[in-house]
Amino acid sequence: MEVNEQVAIDHGLTKEEFKKINDLLKRTPNLTELAIFSAMWNEHCSYKSSRKHLKNLHTKGSKVIQGPGENAGVIDIGDEDAIVFKIESHNHPSFIEPYQGAATGVGGIMRDVFTMGARPIANLNSIHFGSTQHRKTKNLLRGVVKGIGGYGNCIGVPTIAGQTNFDESYNGNILVNAMTLGLVNKKKIFYSKAAGLNKPVIYVGSKTGRDGIHGASMASAIFDDKIEEKKPTVQVGDPFTEKLLLEACLELMKQDSIISIQDMGAAGLTSSSVEMASKGKLGIELDLSKVPCREDKMSPYEIMLSESQERMLIVLENGKEQKAKEIFDKWNLDFAVIGKTTKTNKLELIFNNKKVAEIPIDFLAENAPVYDRKWKKSKLPQKINYPKQIFKSLKLESCLLKIISNPNICEKKWIWEQYDHTVMGDTIQKPGGDAGVVRVHGTNKAVAACVDSSAIYCFAHPLTGGKQVVCESWRNLISVGSKPIAITNCLNFGNPEKEKNMGEFVECVNGISEAAKYLDYPVVSGNVSFYNETKDKGIKPTPSIGGVGLLKDYRNMLSMDLKKEESIVLVIGKTEGHLDQSVFSRTILLENKGPPPEINLFNEKNNGETVLKLAKENYILSCHDVSVGGILIALSKMCIKGNKGLKLNSNIKLHNKFSYFFSEDQGRYLIEIEKKNLEKVTEILKQNSVHFEELGIVIKDKLQFKDELNISINDISKKYKSWLKDYMVN
Amino acid sequence: MRSSVIIFPGSNCDRDMDVALKKYGFKNHMIWHNDITLPKCDLVVLPGGFSYGDYLRCGSIAGKSKIIQSVIDFAKSGGLVLGICNGFQILTETGLLPGVLQQNKYLNFICRNVHVKVNDKKNKYFKDISKDILELHIAHNEGNYFCSEEELKVIEDNNQIALTYCNSDGSNNKDSNPNGALKNIAGIFNKEKNVLGMMPHPERMIDKYLSGQDGSVFFENLIRNSK
Repeated sequence: MEVNEQVAIDHGLTKEEFKKINDLLKRTPNLTELAIFSAMWNEHCSYKSSRKHLKNLHTKGSKVIQGPGENAGVIDIGDEDAIVFKIESHNHPSFIEPYQGAATGVGGIMRDVFTMGARPIANLNSIHFGSTQHRKTKNLLRGVVKGIGGYGNCIGVPTIAGQTNFDESYNGNILVNAMTLGLVNKKKIFYSKAAGLNKPVIYVGSKTGRDGIHGASMASAIFDDKIEEKKPTVQVGDPFTEKLLLEACLELMKQDSIISIQDMGAAGLTSSSVEMASKGKLGIELDLSKVPCREDKMSPYEIMLSESQERMLIVLENGKEQKAKEIFDKWNLDFAVIGKTTKTNKLELIFNNKKVAEIPIDFLAENAPVYDRKWKKSKLPQKINYPKQIFKSLKLESCLLKIISNPNICEKKWIWEQYDHTVMGDTIQKPGGDAGVVRVHGTNKAVAACVDSSAIYCFAHPLTGGKQVVCESWRNLISVGSKPIAITNCLNFGNPEKEKNMGEFVECVNGISEAAKYLDYPVVSGNVSFYNETKDKGIKPTPSIGGVGLLKDYRNMLSMDLKKEESIVLVIGKTEGHLDQSVFSRTILLENKGPPPEINLFNEKNNGETVLKLAKENYILSCHDVSVGGILIALSKMCIKGNKGLKLNSNIKLHNKFSYFFSEDQGRYLIEIEKKNLEKVTEILKQNSVHFEELGIVIKDKLQFKDELNISINDISKKYKSWLKDYMVN
Repeated sequence: MRSSVIIFPGSNCDRDMDVALKKYGFKNHMIWHNDITLPKCDLVVLPGGFSYGDYLRCGSIAGKSKIIQSVIDFAKSGGLVLGICNGFQILTETGLLPGVLQQNKYLNFICRNVHVKVNDKKNKYFKDISKDILELHIAHNEGNYFCSEEELKVIEDNNQIALTYCNSDGSNNKDSNPNGALKNIAGIFNKEKNVLGMMPHPERMIDKYLSGQDGSVFFENLIRNSK
């Protein structure tokens, strides 16, 4: 096939990019070379629209061992231990084929983590679907949940937390973001940078098939009506093989034979080989006839672009091949020496004794295009003035019941009961809490993790939204008694070629960075997913933030269930009554305009750190952050989980009870303390200039407020627990 | 007391079981599926997981693996053989236990705490156990026990039903049955009651910070009885 501009365009490259390739090579590439360029230069692999702005992210900190740029980020958790973690999107494939798309998303992120020598110890996910009324939503949700479970359950890694949201902006583009945490010895971390000449390049894992060809280019394009035709570009996962690959790799890593290792993810053999060589400033020569193939007569083009799953590329020390092969034989996995490192600084491909491609590595990596795309700044929307009379006909109880059964607030047990969340025997906080917590096996330490997004806020004002989602993550980790350490971000956005979408991206990133810096909560890994757009309709800007925190002693973990009758519940942080963009405004007042709640980073940090101080002194019986839905929703969840009630103080200072109970002001927590400790706790809060109010007293089984609210916890619980189950079963 | 945990490719509760057995005093060895012989031991455990990827049928390929003949011989000589979850599925595939484990009634994987009633105490697993009702954890996609009417009659006549899913008060009904299992069966014995297969995972419930502690009750009792 003759390569020309049209062929390049069909491969997702632009005219200008094709010209640049010709100029760099000083010739026209052949088809295989063109395909390699298209794979390396697409948005998914090259970050060409985002790179300029990602540089602004706050990525440094005393606990950071490895920041962005590797397979995953690494943080120090004391002693010899480090946590490797990352979140990644698998949005486009999951919309086309929900089960396999979600499953391979989980598989891919786990490989990123064990590639670095870490044993995965926890999985999380953030999934976003279209309106619950949309005809595709139920099937997509069912398929995605089955896919996530199907993969994670089989590998035997607990899925400990997650987040599910519904919004019509995802009708044509669902989001599936998967996150994995792994545990590694600080001194035994493996990196992808190749080193040394004439070192054998090894292929291990599954055989290469024709699945997933052009997967990375698909993830860099917008959807149209013919999206179903893209099914063949979705990879098919085999968790069983991944489990074997995990065990085999960890076994090989115990020997001193690996120089560098890289999993074959997006753009398969192409990106893994180029990345290793590029980081090591080396060349790499591969004999494609030696690649184990699943199908007959695969061409170099297909072999280089295949996204078959469960494969790894390893650069070994010379002479270690035989011992390494024995391990992979034991686990029944393919093992082939397919090439070597060279001093040419080129990617050279041989097939049937003929050279089929020759490209300087720099052209693919460093010379990949970087775009400074135009973007538009968002204005902070005007605050809404709610006329007093609109609250007149409202009743607290009916508002509470309506909000607690809102799809974005109700219990998600139908989902997480399908995930094995207890395998490995160290899960001490299950899904459904503020964060999942797993013990660091054999120690007193535990790691907390959560994943959050706030697309509503980000859409209303991206800069505030970006800050808010980092703060929310920080708060969730504090609520389980852990010290937040670092985050990973999955940046899901629309079409970067549109100024509005690009602006949302830039400002969300700036917001994330500002909050991350202030809170000393750096970003250590992540990915960007652009082009979440179907037929001109883009998603709301949705950065998902995965947070990781540390508990030095797991016995001090906090949970949200109310513990004891007669104890006191305090609200930490000030309630200003910000209703704009709240669930209350959107679902009860049917108002979706206005700015998101303001972020005050000083208060955020101070309130959080003070809560941790109280936890350290063992004053806190239970703790929950106040997020979407406001105080009354947060309180109801604490009551439901603890199977207790609460009598709210009748003398709470209210300007408007609805804005007090349902506003979504930031930086707030509810804590339960013993009555006898009230004085001491009050003193600590005052010393630290933390605003707080006494909310009420824990009672048996009712939620009461003056003569305006008197409802049994059982009735709230039924509403909270039934919505999703009823939706999925009926 | 010595125990052996068999690792099949795809087993994923092998380590958890090793931790639990050691915690309660067993001297445990991990045995690779390609081995032919078992070391001398008092208890063999087939752990949970997805042996051979659950391909063909859950447990079927493991039921034909190299080590399995030794396990069968050990069981026939009266040794204690315990299969948890996938291990239970494997035991039905080897014929050591009657019946099959089908896909859960509502077709979903289920991970949650359940209550089970100890149905028979005249055996080494549950003799003198301090509780009649245990709160344990299940995590499976194929735990829906089924057997023919003739088999069921034999099982019932010999008191081979070991555990049944129940409510916290011990009553068995449809609501307490998580997966559609026949007669709420969560675990069964062979005729001689030295082989036990059960879906719940006691190894996940061995301290108060986990989902519960009734796994401890199970293991403490087991080591006492296997002496």
